Amino acid sequence: MDLIRATNEGLYCPVGDFYIDPWRPVANAIITHAHADHAHWGSRQYYSSAKCAPLLQLRLGEDLPLQTYLPSEKFPMGKTWVSFHPAGHILGSSQVRIEYGSHVWVASGDYKRTPDPSCDPFEVVPCDTFISEATFALPVYQWDRGEVTAKKILEWWQQDQERPSLLFCYALGKAQRILAELARLTDRTIYIHGALEAITNIYRHAGVKMLPTASIFDHDKGYSFKGDLILAPPSAHRSPWMKRFKEPQTAFASGWMLVRGTRRRKGYEKGFALSDHADWNELNQTIQETQAQTIFLTHGRTDVLQRYLTEQGKTVRLFQTEYDAHEEAS
Amino acid sequence: MKDFVKLFDEIDSTTSTNEKVEALKDYFKHATPTDSMWTLLLLTGRLSKRTITSRSLSRMFLTQTHYPEWLLEECWDHVGDTAETLSLLAHSLNLCRETSSQTDTSLTAWMEEKIPNLARIKDEEKQSQSLINLWKKLTAQEIFILNKLITGAFRVGVSEKLVIRALSEVYGVPTDQIAHRLSGNLDTGEQAFERVVSQEAVAANFSQPYPFCLAHPWNERSEKNFDPKEWCIEWKYDGIRAQVIRRESHTWIWSRGEEDITETFPELTEIFTHLPEGTVIDGEILVFRNQRISSFQALQKRLGRKKVSEQILKDYPAGFMAYDCLEFNSRDIRQETLKERRKKLEKTVTKIHDSKVLLSPTIDVDTLEELNELRMKARERDAEGLMIKWWAGVYSVGRKTGNWWKYKVDPLTLDAVLLYAQSGTGRRSNLYTDYTFALWNEKKELIPFAKAYSGLDQSEIDELDAWIRRHTKEKFGPVRSVQAEHVFEIGFEGIGSSARHKSGIAVRFPRILRWRKDKKAEDADTLQSAQELLRAVNREE
Repeated sequence: MDLIRATNEGLYCPVGDFYIDPWRPVANAIITHAHADHAHWGSRQYYSSAKCAPLLQLRLGEDLPLQTYLPSEKFPMGKTWVSFHPAGHILGSSQVRIEYGSHVWVASGDYKRTPDPSCDPFEVVPCDTFISEATFALPVYQWDRGEVTAKKILEWWQQDQERPSLLFCYALGKAQRILAELARLTDRTIYIHGALEAITNIYRHAGVKMLPTASIFDHDKGYSFKGDLILAPPSAHRSPWMKRFKEPQTAFASGWMLVRGTRRRKGYEKGFALSDHADWNELNQTIQETQAQTIFLTHGRTDVLQRYLTEQGKTVRLFQTEYDAHEEAS
Repeated sequence: MKDFVKLFDEIDSTTSTNEKVEALKDYFKHATPTDSMWTLLLLTGRLSKRTITSRSLSRMFLTQTHYPEWLLEECWDHVGDTAETLSLLAHSLNLCRETSSQTDTSLTAWMEEKIPNLARIKDEEKQSQSLINLWKKLTAQEIFILNKLITGAFRVGVSEKLVIRALSEVYGVPTDQIAHRLSGNLDTGEQAFERVVSQEAVAANFSQPYPFCLAHPWNERSEKNFDPKEWCIEWKYDGIRAQVIRRESHTWIWSRGEEDITETFPELTEIFTHLPEGTVIDGEILVFRNQRISSFQALQKRLGRKKVSEQILKDYPAGFMAYDCLEFNSRDIRQETLKERRKKLEKTVTKIHDSKVLLSPTIDVDTLEELNELRMKARERDAEGLMIKWWAGVYSVGRKTGNWWKYKVDPLTLDAVLLYAQSGTGRRSNLYTDYTFALWNEKKELIPFAKAYSGLDQSEIDELDAWIRRHTKEKFGPVRSVQAEHVFEIGFEGIGSSARHKSGIAVRFPRILRWRKDKKAEDADTLQSAQELLRAVNREE
């Protein structure tokens, strides 16, 4: 039997009467993580992991009706038992395990396996049915370890001390991961765009060890930012905000930057392939390790992964969702 | 090769020309002459010879890894480049190093030994094994460069001009001198490089053409400076730009692509043996028939042939329209004014006395309005527009602004329906940017008539890409057929009849002018209207 099915509102569990990451307002919304395409506004009651809560409240409001749970803590939803398990995607990101009688389903939201000092590592949860993303489900996507990429970022930044270095990255998750990865290599203060400040504070409050940060407004107008590293969201690229920096060198950190054509099309000088999603080998490894008989794929290159897994003898079905697979979420 | 990989990386990760030149200078300062020569040949696209094709490189990869072929195709489709796809897959399959090894093989050793050795292996199994063994000693980025070198498809965002500038600054040789030494046939090796950068005046290979002077499109700014007395107006013909060299009892004809086309046009070569020694003239090769100039399609019948049959010579007789003189009495006169050079050209051409070699007529114009009217009449004169040249200007190298302008008549256009889309390559990989357009036939079927790649801006490309993904009817490999819905105005330079195309017509330089969102598919043009256009343009046929 199908514990979960795709509806117009989102992934719905009829026996538990709840939705997972619904994109329209519903009664009960279980949230895997706080990225905008997974955490939508307007539902009556929200449920999340404890570490996800401050990020959800920042995005959806302080007075959000929200119940939180510790990792692996089982709680009843209708006729089911539900628990959160770390997904390794961003701070507080969780897989949702649903148990009904002898059936176990796991909805993983977005996840990765590459070690990340800014969030808890992915936990393999054995299940009958595994719901997976497929954002980077092409074999060309293979991530380097975070410290390898961090070294490249440091090198890029250090080799030009005559100009400001502007590194663009998504505000929630990627920026904090960079701050945490770099903390192992340097102790310099990093400047951050206003859109990153509140989120970075939440990470710091959660005990994530990161480089010290400062606002670009901590300096007078005349300060040149020569030799400084500044983190900013992609929306700030080529915006009036950028005029403050004279002839900066620019780079973008995203999994998509692995492909040269994408790198050049985006108009950044340099690209660093750093992703908070699973790469091809991680997707396949995870699907094997869960021992699931049936796999549902939600978003991304579901066509490729479906064909590949089917050729390996797995049962693969697709869920139509509105999760964003084109860009990594902001 | 590490220095070369670093150079590629530096050029690839900046948009600033100064930084590119700095990277090039840094490279040339430290590289050996043989490596420098290879780099020069690679960066200026002078190595068209492929030792191994992309297809056989993919085949080797599949033989060795037993990878599903469809999966490789999906990857290629997304990345848009074989060399890069395979380097990323090498990374994914752990067939490479994470960090660069201590030892380094020089670019010269790769180009002259390792790659030719790999190409020589006949046994497919052994060959693919050797390829993977080479990969395993390199990082993914180094594998990408190696694959590029192997397949000979080397392109990086640097123009020949920048390479010349870097060499000029490192070796203290003027840029136009290097440009001249680079035109014509180039060799590999230390001596060849010495010849390029030598500070002594080198006895230039006497077969070699001068770098061609190129024209800029006429614009409003150039209109402001227009003084009819100072400008030479000529018709702009749609032929093959060529330089004719007569030195030491030899004759050569070079195309603008710096290809030796002497043997392609034997009847012209024969006439040019009557040029005086030490003469170089610049002009356009055309097909002259019945006192008229035929369309480019007719000239195309003459191209790419080393042996030319009697029939072809009879059907498509070539002629030459001369418009400049670069060498006179064995003296380089490019620094003289056009007025001076024109006098010497007239002296030279009148000595030939052959109706196949004509002097490009100059036209008197008094006002801008007259210039415009004249341009409108270009097609009646078998021309595609006007050339506007400054009488006092020298013959400059490349596309220097100011001396030569081209002023073309408006392009021919048809409204066509988008029928197929294919993802692009390079910066347009994983976006559907290569389009096939169709016109209606009498049975109300859409027949493909042109492919076009450019003309949309990035937001339009993104919009159309998203639409294509949602409205795909069928997929054939990388190609998608889409619902007949969107109409585009397609501009082109020439139109001719063609037996090879289902539509019966072939167009030259098609490009998208506008996305006609105001039109429905039914409103697009028909093959019949294309035929009418064809007849109107090629009245002689």
